[in-house]
Amino acid sequence: MLDIERLREDFPILHQRVNGHRLVYLDSAATTQKPRAVIDALVNYYETSNANIHRGIHTLAQRATEQYEDTRAKVARFIGASNPEDVVFTRNTTESINLVAHSWGDRFIGEGDEIVISQMEHHSNIVPWQLLAARAGAAVRFASLTPDGHLDVDSLRALIGPRTKLVSLMHMSNVLGTINPVAEFAEMAHRAGALFLLDAAQSVPHLPFDVRATGADFVAFSAHKMLGPTGVGVLWAREGLLEEMDPFMGGGDMIATVREEASTWAEVPHKFEAGTPNIADVIALGAAIEYLEALGMDEVRRHEVALTAYAMDTLERIPGLAIHGPRDPEERGGVVSFEVPGVHPHDMATIADGHGVAIRAGHHCAQLLMRQLRVPATSRASFSVYNGEDDIAPLVEAIEHARKVFA
Amino acid sequence: MAELFDDLYRELILDHYRRPRNHGELPDAPIRVEGVNPVCGDEIHLDLKVADGAIADIGFWGHGCSISQSSASMLTERLKGRPLDEAGRVTKKVRAMLIDGELPDSELGDLEALEGVARLPVRVKCALLCWNVLEQGLAEAATTA
Repeated sequence: MLDIERLREDFPILHQRVNGHRLVYLDSAATTQKPRAVIDALVNYYETSNANIHRGIHTLAQRATEQYEDTRAKVARFIGASNPEDVVFTRNTTESINLVAHSWGDRFIGEGDEIVISQMEHHSNIVPWQLLAARAGAAVRFASLTPDGHLDVDSLRALIGPRTKLVSLMHMSNVLGTINPVAEFAEMAHRAGALFLLDAAQSVPHLPFDVRATGADFVAFSAHKMLGPTGVGVLWAREGLLEEMDPFMGGGDMIATVREEASTWAEVPHKFEAGTPNIADVIALGAAIEYLEALGMDEVRRHEVALTAYAMDTLERIPGLAIHGPRDPEERGGVVSFEVPGVHPHDMATIADGHGVAIRAGHHCAQLLMRQLRVPATSRASFSVYNGEDDIAPLVEAIEHARKVFA
Repeated sequence: MAELFDDLYRELILDHYRRPRNHGELPDAPIRVEGVNPVCGDEIHLDLKVADGAIADIGFWGHGCSISQSSASMLTERLKGRPLDEAGRVTKKVRAMLIDGELPDSELGDLEALEGVARLPVRVKCALLCWNVLEQGLAEAATTA
C-alpha cells in the first residue's frame, strides 16, 4: 500500500492553498507534479555537472555524458527493453510520433498504402499520419469504438489488410481511461505484415510496462506525465528498425562525417538526436524513474485502480451525473471524464478551481472522440500516486456547488 | 476568493444562459457570421439584418459555456434596433472592460454583469467570442452598405 500522506511530503507544490482551499490536483493526465528528487536532480545537474555532452574531453563533459547515457539505460530497464541504444530522446510524445512519421514513414509508406488508427486517438496520433498520408498519397483509416468506450476489435480487424503498412494506437485513453488489449492489436498488425506503434503516454506512467509483452515495434511516451520534467519524450524502436530509418533532423551530434558532397550519420540512437539535447531534463527523468521504481509500478497500479473505483462509486451517487468509458476499474486507468447535467465543463472547471480543485475541461485533444460521445467537451479528473480518497470529497463539493448555481 | 467566483456567475448572466434572448436563426438574414473558439469548442453564430444604418434584427445560436452564451444573448438584447455606430462603440467598451479591466461604461447597461469575467483571464475569451463575431458582421455591413 502506498502511504499517501508520507508520499505527498515529497511533492512541494501540493503544499499550498488555491483560492483559499487545500490544492487538490486532479489533472495528472495533462501533466504530473514533480517530486523533490526530480527538482533536486535538475538543480544538482546545473550546480555540479553542467557541460555539453558526447564530444567534451574535460571532467564535467564526461560527467554530464555519463548521467545522460545512464538515463537512457534506466528508461530501457523501466520499459523492459534490452538495448538502451533502441531508446531515442525527443521533446515529447508528439515529437516521437512525428519522428516515426518522417524517418520511417517517408521511407516506407507509398501511394495507396494505409495507416490504421482509431477514433479514440489523441491528436498527436492522428495529425502526423494525415500529414504523412498527404505527402505519400496514402490513406488514414479509423477504427470505431463500442458504446461502452472500448476500441471495436471487429472494426479494427476489418480495416487491417494487405494495404496496411502501419497500425498506430494508444495504450490508455486520456479521456475514457480505457486500457486497450494492445498485444492482440500488435498481432493483428503483424499478421498483415504491418508495423505497430504504441502511444504509451498515459500507460507507462501508471502501470507495469513491458515492451516485449506489448508486441509493439515503436513505443512513444513523455517524461512530464511520469513525474519527470517537461521537454523530454521517448521513442523506443524494436532492434534494427532505427538503422533502417532516415535521420529526422540534421545537425551536430547526429553525424559521423560531414563533407561537401554528402555526410554520413552517427550510430543509432545518436542519428536521431541532432543538436544539443535537453541534457538536464533527461537526467532528471532518470530521477523520476528511480522514484517510481522505489514505489513499485505494481503498487502504483493497485493504488490507482482502488482510487478510480472509489471516485466512480462516489461520483455516481450524484443525481444525473454520467461517467464516460468502461465501468470496470480494472479495465481503465485513473482518468474519469464526466458530465454534470446543465453545467458546461468550462463552468464546472471554473467552479472547481474556486474550491482549490484542479480538473480539466475541454476536448482533451481528442475531437474525433468528442464527436463519437456527442459532446463538445467533458470535465476530467485524473489521478497519480499523490492522490487519495480525501481528494474526492472536495471534487464532489464543487460539483454540488455547480449544480446549485445552474439549478 | 469565493466572492470572485460568485461575482462571475451573477444572476443576470445565469438568467441569459437559461433563457437566451433573440435565440435562433433569422431566416433570410443577409449577414451571417460565425466564430469558434478552437481551444474549447465554443461556437457562436450571429444573423444580422441591417437597414437605415441600424441593426434592424439580430439572432444568435450556438453552444458553449454559460459565459459565451449569455454574453451573446446580452449582446443581441443590447443592440437590437440600435444604430451601427453605437454597436461599434459598445463593442469597444466591452473590450475595454474585459481586456483592459476598465470600469463598465454606463452605455453598456446590463452588459456590466460581465465585469467579473475580466478577473478570470482564462474565461475572457468565452465572453469575447460573440463580440469578435459581431465585428465581422459590422465589417460585412460596411462593405455591402
